[in-house]
Amino acid sequence: MRKLALLAGTIFIGLAHGASAETALKMWYHGAGNEVESKLINQIVADFNASQDDWSVSLESFPQGAYNDSVVAAALAGNLPDILDVDGPVMPNWAWAGYLQPLPIDESVIADFLPGPKGYWDGKLYSVGLWDAAVALVTRKSILEKYGIRTPTLDKPWTGAEFNEILAKLKASGDFEYPLDLGMAWTGEWYPYAFSPLLQSFGGDIVDRDTYASADGKLNGDAALAFGEWWQSLFKDGMTPGTSQDPADRDNGFNEGKYAIAWNGNWAATGMLKVYGDDLLFLPAPDFGSGPKIGAASWQFGVSSASKHPDGAAAFIEFALQDKYLAAFSDGIGLIPATPTAAAMTENYKEGGPLAVFFDLSKAQAVLRPVTPGYVVQAKVFEKAMADIANGADVADTLDAAVDEIDSDIEKNQGYGHQS
Amino acid sequence: MAALSPGNQGVRLAVRYLVLILIALIFIFPLLFMLMNSLKPTEQLLADTSSLRAFLPVGDLSLDNYVDAFKRAPVGTFVFNSVLVTGVTVIASLFICSLAAFSFVFLDWVGRGILLSIILATLIIPFETIAIPLLLIVSKLPWFGLNGLEIGWLNTYRVQIIPWIADGLTIFLFVQYFKDLPSELVEAARVEGASWWQVYRRVIMPLSGPVLATGAILKFLVMYNQYLWPLIVVQEESYRPVMVGLGYFFQLNVAWGEVMAYLSLITLPVLAFYLALQRAFIASIASTGVKG
Repeated sequence: MRKLALLAGTIFIGLAHGASAETALKMWYHGAGNEVESKLINQIVADFNASQDDWSVSLESFPQGAYNDSVVAAALAGNLPDILDVDGPVMPNWAWAGYLQPLPIDESVIADFLPGPKGYWDGKLYSVGLWDAAVALVTRKSILEKYGIRTPTLDKPWTGAEFNEILAKLKASGDFEYPLDLGMAWTGEWYPYAFSPLLQSFGGDIVDRDTYASADGKLNGDAALAFGEWWQSLFKDGMTPGTSQDPADRDNGFNEGKYAIAWNGNWAATGMLKVYGDDLLFLPAPDFGSGPKIGAASWQFGVSSASKHPDGAAAFIEFALQDKYLAAFSDGIGLIPATPTAAAMTENYKEGGPLAVFFDLSKAQAVLRPVTPGYVVQAKVFEKAMADIANGADVADTLDAAVDEIDSDIEKNQGYGHQS
Repeated sequence: MAALSPGNQGVRLAVRYLVLILIALIFIFPLLFMLMNSLKPTEQLLADTSSLRAFLPVGDLSLDNYVDAFKRAPVGTFVFNSVLVTGVTVIASLFICSLAAFSFVFLDWVGRGILLSIILATLIIPFETIAIPLLLIVSKLPWFGLNGLEIGWLNTYRVQIIPWIADGLTIFLFVQYFKDLPSELVEAARVEGASWWQVYRRVIMPLSGPVLATGAILKFLVMYNQYLWPLIVVQEESYRPVMVGLGYFFQLNVAWGEVMAYLSLITLPVLAFYLALQRAFIASIASTGVKG
């Protein structure tokens, strides 16, 4: 009898222990080496683990440059964690490839979010970001005053013709090595992120977003050709450094006064503010006919298809979407918080803050990069075409070749799951 | 043929040394650039790149970049992992590949010619083409360890070591070297009653210093510079090697000073290893050159 009681007691303790045990969740993040970012994400993980007893998240950080390859390799090897972070434009590819599952969170939580941080694919929410990134024309008040240039606003941006005249005037002054810095030294995702909105402002695009079945007519139509000619003229006329730009000049050229205007992101803004202070201006993109456009979407969180605990993973992601974390990330790494309420809590993006204009730019002008699994290929094709045209290649031939390459990839992948 | 006067000889010698010094400088400049700039703040480093100052210890010099590099990434762990993986692989590779070569050269068995040809043919296959199939294999392989049976080798040291132990190039080096050893030595040892293992251990290997050094250095460089393989098979930071660790320094605003400090730190084991085997390595290259 005593033995029976002991056994029953042991089973009870075991059950009680089992009932209170936390389920381990693994999470991968792209920010290894970034001290501030690592501290913030670790803080969220620690807060989440302390806030409840059901789940315990453990974090593994990767260097950003190696992150996507590591995820793809892990997916092949069946070794994905529960929670992934994913770059916004890459998300549709990972969802289509089966690396991600739809994110089971209450979508009312993200009702106030900027459009960029919300990752929808095929009508379903797959990922959510805590922040967005935006690009602006950066210059100095003193330059605009000196050369009698109008300060553009969100409501009345520079027109394409006005922008060209301004560049010509600045070039003729001889005061700058180049009137404009587009950042050609930043190869990779910068090209489609920063330059495809200019194409969209002309009325073209990387791919036809109505069907996602072809780039024909969008990347090589009349609007795209006009964009291509204009793009090439910038380099031919010496308005901006070309593909051989020294990365050091991209980082410091504007701050050293080599360039009058820079096309740059909000992540670089704090460094510029340190140099120029109140003289610095962040201006909206020019309108080349179809409205001023800038890129959108940055890193976001999603649940991997391998996760056996999507509810736990979603609970963590929902926990991370609190305004205080959005604001902390923004203050820490300078990115745009996803909600107005979080923006109001930050130093840079609160009303009257030095970078508040980026929040407005993101809200008013941001256009997502093509929401399609094929984007990862299209981005590389677009990057090559932009570099080739900048280096003097024939515009029409280059864009036609890019269309052929994109269409062939779409065909090879049976339309990437888009319903035509 | 007229003899060279002492004056002409002196000029020729001076020209020869001048050319050699210039070549040496070209090779040493990248290292000098790395070391000098590891001591400068990033702003100064970027400002100096367009002038000779980039190669000189001038300006605001300090060890701050080294301190910051250790703060940014677990540099010690990365270096330890790389040295461990490289060291074990080099030793295992020299042993296994020399045994294989010994068998190809000195033992008489059916099909050795064909098998050697197949092994040599693997030299033309780039690793990138077999990386994914190899990943799929190692992710399903069993392992009997301290925790009993485990399935999958990912996130371990063994996955970074075992697939790299045997390779066609190292076997080829040993085969070529063994072929040139006097066969009388082996025959005499066999007549004296030595076993094949004794021939390998006591006759062949003691004569193989140069090829061991060459094989070790070539393998060391391949292993120490590994990037793609550890990138796809190791997700845990505690197993990451130095080259994957380099990615920690490439943020949106690259801290170039820290990059140079990190590169200087991870170059030290390579330099130490090369200097330790330099004499044997040069002897091996020289002997190959004489025959060629």
